Amino acid sequence: MSRAFRMTRTQFEEGLFGVLRWVVIVFLALITIVPFYYMLLLSLKPIDSLLLDPGQLWLSAKDFTLSTYESVLKPTSEGGQGFLSMLLNSALVAVATVLLTLAAAVPGAYAVSRLKFFGNRQVGALFLAVYLFPATLLAVPLFVMFAKMGLSGSLVGLAVVYIAQTVPVSIYMLKNYFVTIPHSVEEAAAIDGASRLQTVVKIILPLALPTLMATGLYVFMIAWNEFLFALLFLAADPGKWTVSLGLQQLANGIEVSKTVLMAGSVVLTIPVVVLFFAAERLLTEGLTAGADKG
Amino acid sequence: MSTPRRGATPPRKPPISAARRENRAGLAFVTPTFVVVLVVVIIPILWTVLLAFQNAKLVDIQQNGLFGRWTLDNFEQVFGSPGFWSSLGTTLAYTVGATAGSVVLGLVAALALRRPFRGRGLLRAAMLLPYVAPVVAVSFVWEVALSPQYGIVNEWGSKLFGWDDPIAFLSTRSYEVGFLGLHFDIPLALLTVIAFETWRYFPFAFLFMLARLQAVPDSLEEAARVDGATPTQRFRHILLPQLMSVIALLSVLRFIMTFNKFDDVYLLTGGGSGTDVVAVRVYDFLTSRFDVGAASAQALVLAVVLMVLLGVHFKFFGKKMQEESA
Repeated sequence: MSRAFRMTRTQFEEGLFGVLRWVVIVFLALITIVPFYYMLLLSLKPIDSLLLDPGQLWLSAKDFTLSTYESVLKPTSEGGQGFLSMLLNSALVAVATVLLTLAAAVPGAYAVSRLKFFGNRQVGALFLAVYLFPATLLAVPLFVMFAKMGLSGSLVGLAVVYIAQTVPVSIYMLKNYFVTIPHSVEEAAAIDGASRLQTVVKIILPLALPTLMATGLYVFMIAWNEFLFALLFLAADPGKWTVSLGLQQLANGIEVSKTVLMAGSVVLTIPVVVLFFAAERLLTEGLTAGADKG
Repeated sequence: MSTPRRGATPPRKPPISAARRENRAGLAFVTPTFVVVLVVVIIPILWTVLLAFQNAKLVDIQQNGLFGRWTLDNFEQVFGSPGFWSSLGTTLAYTVGATAGSVVLGLVAALALRRPFRGRGLLRAAMLLPYVAPVVAVSFVWEVALSPQYGIVNEWGSKLFGWDDPIAFLSTRSYEVGFLGLHFDIPLALLTVIAFETWRYFPFAFLFMLARLQAVPDSLEEAARVDGATPTQRFRHILLPQLMSVIALLSVLRFIMTFNKFDDVYLLTGGGSGTDVVAVRVYDFLTSRFDVGAASAQALVLAVVLMVLLGVHFKFFGKKMQEESA
């Protein structure tokens, strides 16, 4: 193969991929931004204007309305959809889940990353095995168990169930960080007479604060977005609905207009997106730590 | 060997070795986590196994007790119903399609966003939106956008591509398309939920591949460039081998997650129009028929199928993966 031909092939490919790269970038921007723009757009116009011109991609000033938000947030007693109290329910469940999960995951992650003990490897495998079982498989007995205990309509019960979804990933994220803390830090503490527990509480946890936050945020996201268990446990009790559940239940009916429900979607999406963007770097680093080692 | 401190405690019989002390501390630390996992994961799973072999309706679980009244009725019912096998097939098609889709799109995205450009940070963050946003909200947006009555997709489709009739993406089991004079049917609703799943989870694959790509030393590629390798050759011989372990891991992870997926399909189609994945069937058995036994049996079969598939995967590819990374 002549050198001249090789050069032209390289030039051709470089030109081609140079163009393709931008095509891909524009395509990715479109598919990820447009759906959310569409969500926001529909939430700001009355239903008539959507039905009149479904293809409209912008908002004319005469259509602009915030009444959708008013009607979705107002309590049901005043004729609204009561999303404000649902937001509170979601927040309660999510925060409780974060606290419970961290309390359960931190000691385990520390043990798996630091200490040689009988069954160390098996424990790690066990936590991973949790992923193999479908949530629906867990749902059946938990549903029965909670129905029996009278916890089926309880927000706390829901938070307890969510631990099953969040503990494995929390242990993974925390463990990845704990292994990067040098042993010498702990040895120094031990020489100063600190017990193992004191070392963890006073030295390791403060050092791991960014990771604790990232893990907590990720858990919050999972709990805030969860739908299946909320549906199984709370569907019968509208006063305890989380926003996800409320939105789905209302969307199933026909009496609430689509644009009002879009306002509900925006209300559901905003808190978790804001949190995410506030800590994006932290979160993505926490999630992908270890990926670069192959 | 540690020496017991003098005076602190009366000398005990055998001094505890450091290894034993570490073993004890390890067990002590892992106990709370283990107890929690035991209560919310392991016991429920074991209980499902029991329920699957019992004739249990929701109402008579109270009397049933944990043991007794063994039966294989549930499995007879599960394997006997024609819907089960087709739904297993649907689950497989959905899982393979969505896994491949999200991993490939994630790879393409990571390659395109590899080198810095103006606005990259912003786009990178925006691209994570589908993954971060609540599934109920995004599935609702897709539902509205794809609606035949007021959806923007059909509106623009008829404007730009001259579609004669609005297409009901989420409720059409098979859609006839003509291509070069040939006519064939495509499972439209199933393809739409696969597209949704691809869209929702490609950011996850993207994140991991970008992290891996950025750890590839520039000198490797520089050397190949000097040697006259074209971009495709550089990708094939330098980047791809580096990415292989991440791709393999992501494929397995996404496969497991998608196989068990409930909410995406349930919210988009309710399991109708040829999208009846097993997870949605389990939910239907549980809530509309209150047939806990049959629901458990199906969930169990689903888990066993998944484990068999994973077993086969690791048997055939586990070794190969090790050789490649070695």
